[in-house]
Amino acid sequence: MEEWVFPVLRTATPLVFASMGGLWCERSGVIQIGLEGFMLLGAFFGAFFALALKSVFLGFLGAGLIGAILGGVFGIAVIRFRANQIITGTAINLFAAGLTPILCKAVYGSANSSARVDFTEPLLWGPLVAAGLCAVVSWALFLWTPWGLRMRFAGEHPEALQNAGVSVVRYRWMGVVLAGVLASVGGAMLSVFLSSSFVRGMSAGRGFIALAALILGRWNPGLTVMGCFLFAFTDLMQGRLQGHEWFGIKVADPMVHTFPYAVTLFILAFVMGRSRAPKALGEPW
Amino acid sequence: MKNKIVQSVWVFGVFTIALLNGGIAYSAVKVGLVLDRGGKDDQSFNSSAYRGLKKAEAELKAEVKTVEAPDDNSFEALQRAFAEKKMDLIIAVGFSQKDAVIKTAKRFPEQKFVLIDADAGLSNVQSAMFEEHEGSFLAGVAAAKHSKTKVIGFIGGMDIPLVKRFLLGYESGAKAVDPSIKVLSNTIGITGEAWANPAKAKELTLAQIQQKADVIYHVSGNSGSGVFDACAQKKVLAIGVDSNQNRLRPGTILTSMMKNIDRVVFDAIKSVQDKKFQGGLVRYGLKSGGVELAFDEHNKPIFDTSAKKLIEEYQAKIIAGKLSVPDYYVTSKRK
Repeated sequence: MEEWVFPVLRTATPLVFASMGGLWCERSGVIQIGLEGFMLLGAFFGAFFALALKSVFLGFLGAGLIGAILGGVFGIAVIRFRANQIITGTAINLFAAGLTPILCKAVYGSANSSARVDFTEPLLWGPLVAAGLCAVVSWALFLWTPWGLRMRFAGEHPEALQNAGVSVVRYRWMGVVLAGVLASVGGAMLSVFLSSSFVRGMSAGRGFIALAALILGRWNPGLTVMGCFLFAFTDLMQGRLQGHEWFGIKVADPMVHTFPYAVTLFILAFVMGRSRAPKALGEPW
Repeated sequence: MKNKIVQSVWVFGVFTIALLNGGIAYSAVKVGLVLDRGGKDDQSFNSSAYRGLKKAEAELKAEVKTVEAPDDNSFEALQRAFAEKKMDLIIAVGFSQKDAVIKTAKRFPEQKFVLIDADAGLSNVQSAMFEEHEGSFLAGVAAAKHSKTKVIGFIGGMDIPLVKRFLLGYESGAKAVDPSIKVLSNTIGITGEAWANPAKAKELTLAQIQQKADVIYHVSGNSGSGVFDACAQKKVLAIGVDSNQNRLRPGTILTSMMKNIDRVVFDAIKSVQDKKFQGGLVRYGLKSGGVELAFDEHNKPIFDTSAKKLIEEYQAKIIAGKLSVPDYYVTSKRK
């Protein structure tokens, strides 16, 4: 347990949140390449609110709120003004990478790291349960509710949704804002749960890994969560494999570091079959 | 795109400063400091260099200018702007500035440079290199003396020669105390993100603690906070790096292997003022106080006095040249 199960669950937590955010956004028809940026902003604001309000829970809440606002900004660009979704997502990533050190400098006097969130010791189960709930609720909403069905139609056949008298734009707005909220909360997991301060650039590519998990999971909530676990597992495996000798040959660390990606490529190529994106993904409405 | 704009603003700013100051004659030593991306408040390398510069400004009355490079492409422009202003000394911090310094120093052969943490191989450049392996040797001695399980850990940022140099020194220090000691080692990643990934550093550290490690030395920049988190959580000891990190977690951080860049910067400025500037490769080890272990009020309660004594003995031996610490830069070439 202590050796594998908890570390995998812990490592997967931010990925699960971000990929669920990505799932709702992309299933509603909007490409979400800005997960990385939302995570980074969430990481900063999670630590910021937790420190300012002396509460871990309010830290997550505050990060989610900021995520909603920035998701809204993203929405205004891609939905209201029909801007290119990939470029806007990239802009979010660059914006987050530039804004967080400035804010960090302004608040904590250092562009590289924030003060320490030093009251997180009892945080063991809460975030894991929250991530589990996030995945289960997403899955249930997605499969069994009219809301989930409409969400899927906004990304699959927006015309059909329109003809049924439902506003496509409204559902896309919900998808975009949800992505902002969930990815930011996922980012806050990094600064408040998995470590204890904001560090410049600490999302370290996890937003893109979450996106990869989403594609690996064929935009399906259950498989996407499995994808997150796979990444978390291979990442830990990679750490444990470092420095081992196989048949008397010591494999260099950089080789071992490619392990998660090699496994992903293998699974994509030989196990998964074709992954199909939502039909109307990336088409402005 | 964003970087370009920031860069041009910087360059423009530097030129403006250069123009404004052009007409005034100085007698004081004029020093330009080019910091890398970390900026002057990174609480490590750059802030240390900046401290040295400020000290020189206060004590030597040096005329100082500082610029922070927004990205790796702007080093050359920033250095050139200083060189065109005919600074007495240009100090470039960080190995990532090496190529830019070589180019600028060749173009301005009369200009004096200090390059910190890399060897430019030019006579008008003082290449200040730190003997990380010597300091790490002492860190290894400290770790071995404080380990009850006889397993100690090492978390490096990337698998690069610089990190291996720390590791080899650390290992040999620990083995000098107890040849049977086991050293676990992990690296965080293969890109620059490895230095800013505390979440991953924490998982790696927890895995090492699971394997019984009870003193863990990190050489991982900003990821180190994850190492400290894990060590504090599991009540084992950690060793900090680059600057004095003892105060970050009193009771958890055993000591820090410091690279005293502030001293190097100050000494270099002083040498220019005294007209004793020395070009070429200059090594700063235990002997010149370039590297040392940090002892202060934060680690005094946890640091064993007999261990401290042993460290002082080893330090004296290394300084006297009676003991040579294996240097990865040398041993890796011999193979």
